[in-house]
Amino acid sequence: MAAAPTISVQHLTKRFGDFTAVDDVSFAAQKGELFALLGPNGAGKSTTIKMLTTLLKPTSGSLTLAGHDVTKAQDDARKAFGIVFQDPSVDTEMTAYENMELHAALYGIKGSEIKARVQTLLELVELWDRKDTLVKNYSGGMKRRLEIARGLLHHPHVLFLDEPTLGLDTQTRNLLWDYVKRLSREEGMTVFFTTHYLEEAEAVADRIAIIDHGHLIALGTSQALTKQTGTKTLEQAYLELTGKTVRDEHADPREAWRARHRARNMR
Amino acid sequence: MRVVFILWLRQVKRFFRARSRMVGAIGQPLLFLLALGYGLGAVYKRAGQGDYLEFLVPGIMAQTVLFAAMFYGAMIMFDKQFGFLKETLVAPVSRLKIMLGGALGGATTAVIQGLLVFVISLFLGFRPQHWLMLAPALLILTLLAVAIACFSSGIGSFVQDMQGFQAINQFLVFPLYFLSGALYPLTSVPTALRIVAECNPMSYAVDALRDTMIGQTHFGLLKDFLVLILTVIVLTIFGAYRFRHIEA
Repeated sequence: MAAAPTISVQHLTKRFGDFTAVDDVSFAAQKGELFALLGPNGAGKSTTIKMLTTLLKPTSGSLTLAGHDVTKAQDDARKAFGIVFQDPSVDTEMTAYENMELHAALYGIKGSEIKARVQTLLELVELWDRKDTLVKNYSGGMKRRLEIARGLLHHPHVLFLDEPTLGLDTQTRNLLWDYVKRLSREEGMTVFFTTHYLEEAEAVADRIAIIDHGHLIALGTSQALTKQTGTKTLEQAYLELTGKTVRDEHADPREAWRARHRARNMR
Repeated sequence: MRVVFILWLRQVKRFFRARSRMVGAIGQPLLFLLALGYGLGAVYKRAGQGDYLEFLVPGIMAQTVLFAAMFYGAMIMFDKQFGFLKETLVAPVSRLKIMLGGALGGATTAVIQGLLVFVISLFLGFRPQHWLMLAPALLILTLLAVAIACFSSGIGSFVQDMQGFQAINQFLVFPLYFLSGALYPLTSVPTALRIVAECNPMSYAVDALRDTMIGQTHFGLLKDFLVLILTVIVLTIFGAYRFRHIEA
C-alpha cells in the first residue's frame, strides 16, 4: 500500500464575494518532499497557504495535513505543521528563549522536554549563545533563523515557509536552506515553500507547482517543467507559463475585492 | 491553563520591561490628583462637601485602571502589526484561551497601576477609612480591570490599525470616565447628567471603590457589586465572541 500524502489538497476553492482567489486547485506532497509553490503577485499563493494553515476557511474543497482534515480536526492539523510567515511573527520585546518557551506552552510540549529541545534547535540555527537577548536586538537574518527554530519545536510533519529568504543575504539564504534540507532528510519532514527566487526553487525543490489567477497551471520537477515548455532554465519556463506582464494586483485578495466594490459604488 | 498562564506572563513581563509605560502610568494620574485635587479642593470645601482629595483618590484609581486596561487593546494592535498574533492564531489552542490569557495579563498590569496611584496618594496625605477595606477595594479594581481588558480585546479584534483603535478609545473611554462619578458627586448634578451616569457601569465601579475606601456611596455597595459583576460577564462574552473572528 502506498503511503498517504502528507499534504493533500483537493478541488480547493476560495471566493471573496464574486472574486475567486483560488479556483479548483488540487495537488499532493509526500513525506519528506520539498515542495515549492510559485506564482506572480496576487496569483493565490498566500490565500492557499492561509487555508492550509487554518487562518482562512476554504469556500469548498478538501485539505488534509498528515491525515488530519484541516477544517474538521483543526487542532490536530495545527499540531502537524510549523510555519515561518512572510513577515516576522516573533515577539521582539522578549528573548529568543522566551519566544521558544511560549511556543512550547502553546503546543503543549512537556515542561521537562522543553529545555533540551530548545537548546538543540537554537544550537542548530546558531543562536544558543544569544538566547537571552531581546529579539528586537536581532538582525533580520537572526529573526528568520529563530522563527525556523520555533516552527520546528513541536516536531511538525510539515514546515510551511512563506518566502523565507526574502531580504536575506546570500550567506544567510544558503545557511537557511542547509538547515531545512538537513531536517527534511533527517526527520522525514515535508517542506512546503513559496519564493520569488526561481533559482532557489530550482536548486531546492523536489517538485514545483505554479499557480496563476487562482489556477494551478503546472506541476512537476524542475526538469519536467523546462522540458514541457522547451526552455533551458526554470525561470524561462516560469515566464513562458505565466507571461511577462507585470502584475499590479493587490497582495491581499480581500483588499482587491474591497477596491473593486469601492470602484463600483463610485459609479 | 498553561496557555492562559504563559500569555498572562507575557503581558506582565512586557509591562515591567517598558519603563516608559511605568512613567506614563504614574504621570497622568498624578497630574489629575495634583491639578484637580489642589485646584478644586478649596471650592469643594467651601461648598461644605469636605476633603476633595479624599473624594478624588478612588475616582483617579478607577480612571487609571480604565485607561490602562483599555491599553491592552493597543497591545493587540501591536501584535497585529508586528505579526505575533499569527503565531497564536495557528497554534492548537482555543481562541478563548488566547483572549483570556492576554486580557488577564492586561488586567493585572492595570491593577498594578491602580495600586501605584494609591501609594502615591498616601504621600499626598490620603488615608483609607480602614486598611482592611483595601481587600474589597482590590477586588473591585480587579473586576473593573478584567471587564475593560475583555472589552478592549473585543474592540481590538475588529479594528485594523492603531489610529482606528485610538479614535474608538477616545470616543468611548473619555465619556465613560467623565460621565461617571469619578470627578464629582452624583447627588448634586443636573438630572440628565445623573441619568447618564446611572447608565454608565463605570459609575458603579467608582462608587464601590469610594464606599470601601472612604465610606461614601451613592448607589450602595450591593448594587455596585451586582452591576460590576454583570458588566464583567457581558464584556467577557463580548470580548470572547469578537475575538473568535479576529484576523491576523
